[in-house]
Formats: sequence, structure tokens, C-alpha cells
Amino acid sequence: MSNEAVLQTSVEGAVAHGVHHEDEHHEHHHHDTFISKYVFSMDHKMIAKQFLITGMVWAVLGGLMSVLFRLQLGYPDSHFTFLEDILGKFWVQDGKITPQAYYALVTTHGTVLVFFVLTAGLSGTFANFLIPLQVGARDMASPFMNMLSYWFFFLASVIMLSSIFVETGPFSGGWTAYPPLSALRGASPGSGTGMDLWIIAMALFVVSSLLGGLNYIATILNMRTKGMSMTRLPLTIWALFFTAVLGVLSFPVLLSGFILLIFDRNFGTSFYLSDIFVQGSGANTGILPNEGGNAILFQHLFWFLGHPEVYIILLPAMGMVSEILSVNSRKPIFGYMAMVGSLFAIAILAFLVWAHHMFVTGLNPFLGSIFVLLTLLIAVPSAIKVFNWLTTLWRGNIRFTPAMMFAIGFVSLFISGGLTGIWLGNSALDIHLHDTYFVIAHFHIVMGVASMFGMFAGIYHWYPKMYGRYLNNTLGYMHFWITMIGAYLIFWPMHYEGLAGMPRRYYDYSIWESFKQFGGLNQFISTVALIVFATQILFLFNFFYSIWKGRKVTSKNPYNSNTLEWTTPINPGHGNWVGEIPEVHRWAYDYAKDGKEFVPQNVPIDPNESHHH
Amino acid sequence: MAAVGSPERGRMHPHKFILWVGIGSIIMMFAGLTSAYIVRRNQANWLEFSLPAVFWYSTVVILFSSLTMHLALKAFKAREMPRYRLLVTITAGLGVLFAGLQVIGFLYLGGHGVQLTGQGSNPAASFILVITGLHALHVLGGVVALLVIFIRAYSSKVKSYNVSRIEIVGTYWHFVDILWVYLFIFFNLI
Repeated sequence: MSNEAVLQTSVEGAVAHGVHHEDEHHEHHHHDTFISKYVFSMDHKMIAKQFLITGMVWAVLGGLMSVLFRLQLGYPDSHFTFLEDILGKFWVQDGKITPQAYYALVTTHGTVLVFFVLTAGLSGTFANFLIPLQVGARDMASPFMNMLSYWFFFLASVIMLSSIFVETGPFSGGWTAYPPLSALRGASPGSGTGMDLWIIAMALFVVSSLLGGLNYIATILNMRTKGMSMTRLPLTIWALFFTAVLGVLSFPVLLSGFILLIFDRNFGTSFYLSDIFVQGSGANTGILPNEGGNAILFQHLFWFLGHPEVYIILLPAMGMVSEILSVNSRKPIFGYMAMVGSLFAIAILAFLVWAHHMFVTGLNPFLGSIFVLLTLLIAVPSAIKVFNWLTTLWRGNIRFTPAMMFAIGFVSLFISGGLTGIWLGNSALDIHLHDTYFVIAHFHIVMGVASMFGMFAGIYHWYPKMYGRYLNNTLGYMHFWITMIGAYLIFWPMHYEGLAGMPRRYYDYSIWESFKQFGGLNQFISTVALIVFATQILFLFNFFYSIWKGRKVTSKNPYNSNTLEWTTPINPGHGNWVGEIPEVHRWAYDYAKDGKEFVPQNVPIDPNESHHH
Repeated sequence: MAAVGSPERGRMHPHKFILWVGIGSIIMMFAGLTSAYIVRRNQANWLEFSLPAVFWYSTVVILFSSLTMHLALKAFKAREMPRYRLLVTITAGLGVLFAGLQVIGFLYLGGHGVQLTGQGSNPAASFILVITGLHALHVLGGVVALLVIFIRAYSSKVKSYNVSRIEIVGTYWHFVDILWVYLFIFFNLI
């Protein structure tokens, strides 16, 4: 079996012991030191936990940033002098977030949440954790590359974090890093050192994503256990597979864009720069000598990644939600092949819609109409998925676990946020709606909060497999209801603000006659945001407390689930299975079949069984 | 161990598969860059100039290195280790020579009034530098990989005849060769 051989050659046989000493207890580790087990681990399960916890640190930091700039937006006239003592003069002056700090916060919040939390934290965690366990492999195709993937991410994290502490502040030109703000060192305080650190961190992040993605694809296609044909894969794996494909094909293009940007910043080229007058002091004043570039070029390269990126964020959540809905409805997923097909359709369309982010950049209107068509086509696979989720729930024997609540919450958010996507996909409506709070509301609900819900669902569902203990359910329900209601209260009103034309990224709306009416609404949003953020602390407490003190898992398969991860020991060692990897005889969704409540994938086909997959 | 690549179910060695997906990834990077080149070329203020003649020599060098790489793999499979070591050395040397010739090409352009970077540079020339330079870095990456398997061939106490590692490097080497041929044709025609 290639599975065993790869692990042996890569880890020098230190871990495949389960195969050779079948009666040996799985917790027997040969020469695992603290460093090799917890730090430079090559065990996919430990790497998954490393991604998860690093992602959680970033989620807290990114969330805290949003609370800070919501303070400014909700209470533009108040003075929070205590913040000045905590954060210092760059961030807070006279009790108010400084304009420079405001833009730095918005930029870093976006970058961190999109890339570090919802890409690395979400697919990094669950691709690592679930792929080998659910396809029946002892580890990834290359455990070493997998370890490198995490450490590149860690390095990127350290550099991004350090940019917050430089004197001139972090980059503050928006998470999209459009030139010239990103290309000219003098364009804003954050465009100098802050941007240097931002771009280095992002380049390392791309390397991390590529190393991870290559591994995920190779593992899914090459390391499946006997009998695990592609059409028997759980939908989580299909979703993670398309996620990895999207990442591997789109991140390199972003890297191309960054390389040209680095040349513009440091070597005096003019890929993105032209016709710029610099107002400053000293020798840099006057017409910029860099001529002949095109700033729109960067937008094309950026959004060629940027749009697939939103599906990189969303697809893992979709996959996990499909699995969790089926398990907890005690019913097979409705329309398995349609689910796979719609994932495939979304993955293809993801590459063909990037210019809908650029409708108002002077794009040829004819070209725009083609992108409108392709964008609206995404509604078809999305609607198929929603239909199948709802029909999976329909007349199910539903168990409302916290994971299930978050999964259902995901479906709700995906519908709400998806419908506004149909508005924004129209180039004509976009003339009015672009760069308003309507866009903020749309993408936060459909991509940000929905994927966060997918991530929470995944954590609640697979926590027993990760740590051998349960999370506290009461805290889980509180966490769900406050976050669910809070998310709608925060983002729903933003639709109205956006329709009224309130632009995004402004520092203070109270000085505009047209937006003064929203003062009370903005206060309300900020207050809810603070409450929702505080609730996440509850979740953090639950998470870390339960690692050591949670109720212990006592059976291998606590959810009566069909997938292979529940055939491993309660606390699986490196190598996952003691003895042979189970052989797969059926798909993952044989729930309520032939009078049986559930039939795990490794149970052989009974000759009297009705039709099977 | 050599049989690892072709188990009962006829699946490719996972590491080889990783390389193929990685090649797809590198193709996307250069596709991004050459698309940007086309987009920019169709706009105003584009400098027309001919490529330095030395790029023809570097093309011959890298094509020849693919041949030596191929022969090295054959020698390895035939267990002719001295011949294998010689051919790997030649291949790596040709790789370095290729990168050197590209740099000479850049210097030639700079010396003939086509500025690649800095004030007065035109994106047309800067693109040549970035795309060709990035490709040369990929060739040098291949040289490093060759050196690693080369050192292994000398130093490893256990005689390892695992062919998949050198096959992976070989495939990568042929890929960067084809990639350059594509780029060279692209620059000449577009």
C-alpha cells in the first residue's frame, strides 16, 4: 500500500508502528519529544490544531480591531481616554481613534479575517484534520510539506503582527492593496514599512497555502483507502478538494501581481504607476517619474485570486455543513451527485467572474454584461445547494446539537447574503451600490459570518475527535443564539445605509447631512458588535476549558456517524488506525436505510441490502 | 521501494502527483504574468525592441540540458552510477550557465538603451526582466534539487536505488525547459 510506504519514508518509520505492532497500544510513542509532538509535528491532526489555534488568535485580534473601528463609527463624538493609555498615541489621540489608525484597523481587519482566519484557520484546520481521517490515510501525501505549510503561515503571522507595532503603523490602503497607495512608499504613513511587512507576510502566506493545497489534492486523489472511490467520498472531502484546486490555481496569480508590485515599490519599475502628482515635501514633490503603468492591471491580477478566494473561504464551510446536516438529521444527504456537481460548477465559475469587482473602473460595458451573466449563473449551483440542504432537513429526525444549530444558521445566512449577491452582480445596480455599506452587508453575511458559522459548526462537531472531550453544550447554545441574532442585527441595517448611498471606508459620517440620520443606527450596530465580540470570549473559554476539563468521550462513534474518522481510537495516535486501515464498502450517507439507523462506511454490503452506492 | 509508485491500484506516487499539481500552479503564475503582458501591450506607450541574441544561446543550452537530464535518468535506471554522476553534474552546470546567459541578456539590453528598472524604464522591458528572471530562479531551484540528489548519490551510506526522487527532479527540469521555450516564443511573437 502506497499509504504506508509514504508515511514510512517521510517520517523515517517512526510513526507507522500501528501497522507492525498491531497489539501495541496506540499511545505508545517511540521517540516523540515535546518539540516533535507539539511544535514541529508532522502529524496532520496536530498541524490542524496548530492552524486552528493560530487562526483563533487572529480571529480575536481581527475581531478586536473591528470593535475599535466600530467605536469610532458608532460614537464619533465620544472620547475614550482610557484607550489612549492602552494603545498609545499612534492609535488613539484625545480619546478618539486617529484617522490613520482607523484605516490601519480596517485594512488589517480585512486582511487578517480573509486570509489568516477564514483561509488558513478554516481550510488549514479542517483540510488537515479531516482529509486523512475521512479518506482513510495514515497522514498527508507529504507530512513534511504539511509541516512547512504551517510554519510558513506562522512566519507570515509573526510578520503581519509585527507590522502593527512599527512606528508608522501597518498598511492602511485597504485589504485589496490597490496601487498607488500600496506602490508608493510616501502615499500614506502605512505605505512604507507597514506595506513592506504586509507584502512579505502575504507572500509567505501564499507559499503556505500552496504547500498545503498541493498536499490536500495529492492526498485526496492518491491516498484513499481500499474501496473509497471518489463517489463514496463524504461531501466535506469534495468541498475541501475543490477549495484546494481553487487555491492552487489562483494564489500563484496573486503572487505574480505581488511580484510586479514589489518591483514597482523597490526597483523603480512602472507596472502599475502612471500620471501621478505627488504632493509632499522635499525631493519627492512633483510629477512622479514612473510613467506608462496601469493601476487597473493590479486589480485584474488581484481579483483573479480575490474572487476564487471567497469560494476558498466558503466551500469548506459548505462541505462541513452538508456532512453535519446529514448526520444530525439522521438522513442521507439529498442529491449527493448534485451537491458534487454544484461544487464543481462553483469552482469553474469562480474563475470567470472576477471583473464584477471592477464594474466601475471603466470596464468596457459589453465585457461587463458578460461578467454579469457569468456572475448571476452562480445563483444556479448555489440554489441547488440550498435546496438540497433544506430537503436533507425535511422530515429528518433532527438532533439540535450546537454544531447542527450553527450548520442551520449557515444555511440561513447563506440564503440572506446570497440574495443580495443577485443585486450586486448587476453592473447597472452596481453603479449605485458599489463601495457602499450594502456591499459590506452582503459580503459579511454571505462570506464572513456564514463561513465563521461553518467553522464553528466544524469545531463543535469534530471537537470530540480532536481532543477526546466534549465542549459544553449550554455555552454552545448561548454562543449560537447571541452570535446568530447579533450577526443579523449588525449587518441587516447596513443594507439600508448602503441603499441610501452611505459609502464604506469613511472615518466619520456625522458631518454629512445625508448620513446624519444613521447616527443612532450606527450606535446600535456598534453596541451589538461589542456584545457579539464578548460572546466569542465565552466560546474561547469553552474551547480551552474543555481541552482539559471537558466531559470525556467514552465511545468511538458518539454521533452514530458513518464516516471513517469515527472508526479510529478515541485519541488516535500518529497513523490514525491501530492495525489495518478499514476498507470502505459504501458511501458515507447510509442513514435510516433498510430499517437500520446508520451503517458506517466500513460495514460490508449485506446481500439482502437494497440499492447501495 | 521502487515499486511504491505503481501499487496494485495503479496510482501514481503521491510525491510525483504533488509535483504535477505544483507544475499546474507554476503555469498559472506565468499565465498571470504573460496575460498582464498582453493587457499592458495593447495600451499606449509600449516600447518595441528586439530580444538580445544571447537568448537564442540560452535556449540551446537549456534544451541540451534536458537531453543530459534524460540521459542521467537512463544511466541511473541502468545502475551506471559514474555516468549518472557525470551527467547530473553537466545538467546542473548547464542550468547555471543558462541563468548566467539570461543575466548577460539583461545587461545587453541595459547597455543598449533599453532600461529594465528605475527611472525611464518602460514596462515592456521590465516585464522581460521579471518574467525571465522569475523563470531563471525556477531553473536555479532545479539546480538546487539536482545538487541535493547528487550529494545523496555520493554520501548516502545505504545504496538507495529509489528512482522516484530523480524522476521527480527530471520531470521538473523538462518542465522549466518547456516553460522557457513557451516564454521565448511568446516574447518573439506577441
